[in-house]
Amino acid sequence: MIGSGDNANQNREESMNKVGTNQSGVTNTNRVQSSQGSLASVARTSSDNKDASRVVSGSGLEARNIHAWFGKKMVLEDISMDFAPGSVTALIGPSGCGKSTFIRILNRMHEFIPTAALAGQVILDGKDVYEPGVDVTKIRLKIGMVFQKPNPFPSMTIRENVLSGLKLSQIKISNPDELLESCLRRAGLWDEVKDRLSEYGGALSGGQQQRLCIARSLAVNPQVLLMDEPCSALDPGSTLRIEETIRELSESMCIIIVTHNMQQAARVSDDTGFFLSDGGPGKLIEIGSTSQIFSNPKEARTEDYVSGRFG
Amino acid sequence: MFIVSVTPLKGKLGFAITLIIMSLITTSTISWIRRDRKAAVSSVSGVLVFVAAAFVLMPLMSILYEIIRLGIGGLSWGIFTSDMSKTSADAPIAEGGLLHAIIGTLYLVIFATIASAPIGFLTALYIVEVKGRFAGTVRFFVQAMSGVPSIVAGLFIYAVWMIGLGNSYNSIAGAGALTILMIPTVARVSEEVLKLIPNDLREAGLALGATQWRTVAMIVLPAAKSGLVTAIVLGVARVAGETAPLLLTIGGSDQINFNPAAGNNSALPFYVWKNYSFGSEQAVARAWLGILILMILVFFLFSIARYFGRLKDRSR
Repeated sequence: MIGSGDNANQNREESMNKVGTNQSGVTNTNRVQSSQGSLASVARTSSDNKDASRVVSGSGLEARNIHAWFGKKMVLEDISMDFAPGSVTALIGPSGCGKSTFIRILNRMHEFIPTAALAGQVILDGKDVYEPGVDVTKIRLKIGMVFQKPNPFPSMTIRENVLSGLKLSQIKISNPDELLESCLRRAGLWDEVKDRLSEYGGALSGGQQQRLCIARSLAVNPQVLLMDEPCSALDPGSTLRIEETIRELSESMCIIIVTHNMQQAARVSDDTGFFLSDGGPGKLIEIGSTSQIFSNPKEARTEDYVSGRFG
Repeated sequence: MFIVSVTPLKGKLGFAITLIIMSLITTSTISWIRRDRKAAVSSVSGVLVFVAAAFVLMPLMSILYEIIRLGIGGLSWGIFTSDMSKTSADAPIAEGGLLHAIIGTLYLVIFATIASAPIGFLTALYIVEVKGRFAGTVRFFVQAMSGVPSIVAGLFIYAVWMIGLGNSYNSIAGAGALTILMIPTVARVSEEVLKLIPNDLREAGLALGATQWRTVAMIVLPAAKSGLVTAIVLGVARVAGETAPLLLTIGGSDQINFNPAAGNNSALPFYVWKNYSFGSEQAVARAWLGILILMILVFFLFSIARYFGRLKDRSR
């Protein structure tokens, strides 16, 4: 069921929601409730702060007409999204609506689940990552992933953890120490661990471990970074540090983050997609700039969710 | 006392039972008075659990005590330097030694480990990591194999290796029989160990662009290292004391035989069996000595394995 190309190409223009252009906030927002108003203002500030003229390398990622099944049960129906380079896209929605499944589809981690099936395309650099003959390990080098639970490799030191991606994918570089420092700096961890690089990763705190995992995924220089609720196991202080890291990283790469924390989505993302499942397959209800989703959503269900009326 | 008068329990046993019952009554009463019924129930179950643990430890401690008590008398430097080729079994225990049996046992354990560790690990990897189509079948047969009586393994080697292929008694044949017994233990323990490695780690490796093979080799196996060492240790513990398969495969000897591939050899369990069946006072003392040495040897091997398993594993 992988790659139903014809159908996808026909429906692409109609069904795709163009996002990724950084719209500058929203003006008339009378529908907004007070609780929601604060989120909206957070979202507006964060998108205004962003430097519009930044230079971004690499292309983004496109998902076209993604359908997914576990066994006979359809879990995602017709999801099409664009992720622009240099932007942060947050995916929100209640548990079980397929957000995690969706981002695992983007770097082909979905196919490890034995009964999983898929239709649709994921376009990276103009090519479908599900095309036959594509080397899946190359795809995962370009599309990195940070998981919900910090999972540094227990048998490796901090240094080995950061450089493990190179070893695992057999990439040789001439200056590993430089890479080590730059990855740890970008993940905001360098100052804390520079004197203890030969300690084991498990000796760090939870927040530090998660930043170590971010540094680890940066070492192979991905164009896209997927984050599956990266802060859900962390305290507010660590969460803040990771959000800063996300903002800095978004200058140079495309970040897609799944989160249950609405504040977080408002703080870090440029665009937000709202997923919902009404017992059936998960659907993309609405996607737009973060400030629009939080202040002036088009869909009543989106408004109910972001204002905390359900979910 | 009451218990002694109405039951056949007398002496130490009666004393122990009385002590247990009295402590049950006292603790529960005290807890009931000071707190409430729940506290009484809790304290009674606490005592019962303690008693159960003591009952498990008792035979173990008593075995250890008896082995040391009866075996230690024969310990001398001479037993590690000579064999029984010039000494008869009922000669004084200070004469002769069991170096031949130690060497035989070391050969058996080493060759059986070399053969069964890779096979056991690969079987576990097939079941847990590859999850191939026959994983369920393989697991079933591994479990069935772990129930094979040890003499059957000896008989199998005897039938195939000796009668079928025309070889004679030697250590390699004995190690072959022990390998058959050791593989299921190693495979099952390593399967459990590999299952304990969180899936997150595998996913993290794969998400970094590694193939499945490299993920297993560089992340899963190092993370499981100390557990895999435990698998080998348990496998050695399973086979080190086996006697029955050896009777059919190594032939037995009173002489040191450094060649594992040819000629009869001895082993510590075999030495124990032979001296015990000889039956004289000195021979039985030799049997106890053999058991003591076997225990020390197994403990020594465990310590070495633990040491190497823990090296570079100080993160936990």
